[in-house]
Amino acid sequence: MKFMLLIYHDEQRWNELKESERQEIYGEYRNLREQLQSRGEFLAGSQLEPSAAATSIRIRDDEELVTDGPFAETHEQLGGYFLIEAKDLDGAIAVAKQIPSARMGAIEVRRLLEGPAEATT
Amino acid sequence: MSQASETLEQVFREEYGRIIATLIRLSGSFDLAEESLQEAFASAAANWESAGAPRNPGAWLTTVAHRKLLDSVRREKTKTEKQSELTYEAERLQTYDEPALPEEAVEYPDDRLRLIFTCCHPSLSREAQVSLTLRTLGGLTTTEIARAFIVPEPTLAQRLVRAKNKIRVARIPYEVPSLDLLSERLAAVRAVIYLIFNEGYSATSGDSLVRRDLCAEAIRLARVLCELLPSEAENLGLLALTLLQDSRREARINERDEIVTLEDQDRSRWDHNEIGEGLRLVEAALRLGRVGNYQLQAAIAAVHAEANTADETDWPQIVALYKELMRINSSPIVALNHAAAVAMSEGPEKGLSLIEDAGASGKLGHYYLFHASRADLFRRLNRLQEAATAYTRALSLATNKVEQQYIRKRLSEVTE
Repeated sequence: MKFMLLIYHDEQRWNELKESERQEIYGEYRNLREQLQSRGEFLAGSQLEPSAAATSIRIRDDEELVTDGPFAETHEQLGGYFLIEAKDLDGAIAVAKQIPSARMGAIEVRRLLEGPAEATT
Repeated sequence: MSQASETLEQVFREEYGRIIATLIRLSGSFDLAEESLQEAFASAAANWESAGAPRNPGAWLTTVAHRKLLDSVRREKTKTEKQSELTYEAERLQTYDEPALPEEAVEYPDDRLRLIFTCCHPSLSREAQVSLTLRTLGGLTTTEIARAFIVPEPTLAQRLVRAKNKIRVARIPYEVPSLDLLSERLAAVRAVIYLIFNEGYSATSGDSLVRRDLCAEAIRLARVLCELLPSEAENLGLLALTLLQDSRREARINERDEIVTLEDQDRSRWDHNEIGEGLRLVEAALRLGRVGNYQLQAAIAAVHAEANTADETDWPQIVALYKELMRINSSPIVALNHAAAVAMSEGPEKGLSLIEDAGASGKLGHYYLFHASRADLFRRLNRLQEAATAYTRALSLATNKVEQQYIRKRLSEVTE
């Protein structure tokens, strides 16, 4: 079954890292991705542009409201995601623990809703 | 009560967790398992009265519940083809009733172990873990759990529904965790069991009979954990600790519902069977050579249990154990207890200075026992003014009547 691992981190802290430190973390991400790929468990994943580049869209009473910024201003921002295949929640947690940002931010694990509803797409 | 219904009640208490765990493994669904078992108990109530209780009531119930389960599984399977919600169960059920469906429900010894880990999974809130553990493994009713935790019954029922939903939707596994996760997950299981025990032991409020049941239930769960994973020293430590604390139950509250301190307890009222078992368990645990939090707390309780009178208490030994405990548990409450033991062993002055050190962390300011302990030492040093101030502060922080009564009594002694 599919799990989404949403990677939250403190952008400011990330920006304050030295370039060498950032490269090291990117290396860890690459390794994890390759590991998952070799087991056929990597479905998709990417880093996102910073939340300052986010745009939020709301439609209320037929009125479209396009605004600057993420959905919610929080201490930690959504910075990337992994979409993986795992046996169960513990399997997904095991992968989430290997994501470098787990050490600085937090990884939110959510299972994708699966079932007939999905088959129509 | 008739013979049959008495048997039924006893079987319910003893076998509920075991049977439900097997049914959950077979069906992959808490709800289906619960429904089937409830129906089986209803059948038993109807049948045993006239036909008499069967020779092996547990097996009878398992078989009947299993049959009910198969019926509802077949019903659900037809439905599930149209319902996305139930696909998970459907997947599991398909593998379950093929190729040859056993007519007897086969019980695996680790069914209950899986269930404990599922109920105490870290992705469930602590409240959900506790309620689910009591409901499924303990077989307590929603009403009983609600009464024990003083929450309205609908709230508790809602909590259970949400927890079961989360298990299904988030795919919390029904499995004994892999070796690399085991110790972390086991710690969570022990924390849940100890929390259940403490809820029953610390008489904050509520029905005392229900609270006694909670303690008994926690001890039973700790026993199950030891039975299933006997080489885990901390499991033995937990069982020992709960037994040794429970052994003082009768002596720690007097007939006027007041707290009796360890010092003043009538030790002949301690439960010596529980003490005997607790002492044996502490020794067995320590022999395994992997000392831990529960074992050390149990060892401290054991030193108290071994003293025939308060004066005979081996305080230096207790101080040494608290020192050891502080190395692995940096909680300021442990430091506070250490200080109190030092006060007994080396005098109140030394104890007081350690209490002030523990208080310097700033984390104990709202803890009534911190102020009560300070007050006690001031009293023993004859610094009555300071004692009164500290007792007054403790009084304002104590949450239950029994504690408040105790502090008020002490306060009146120093202000007379």
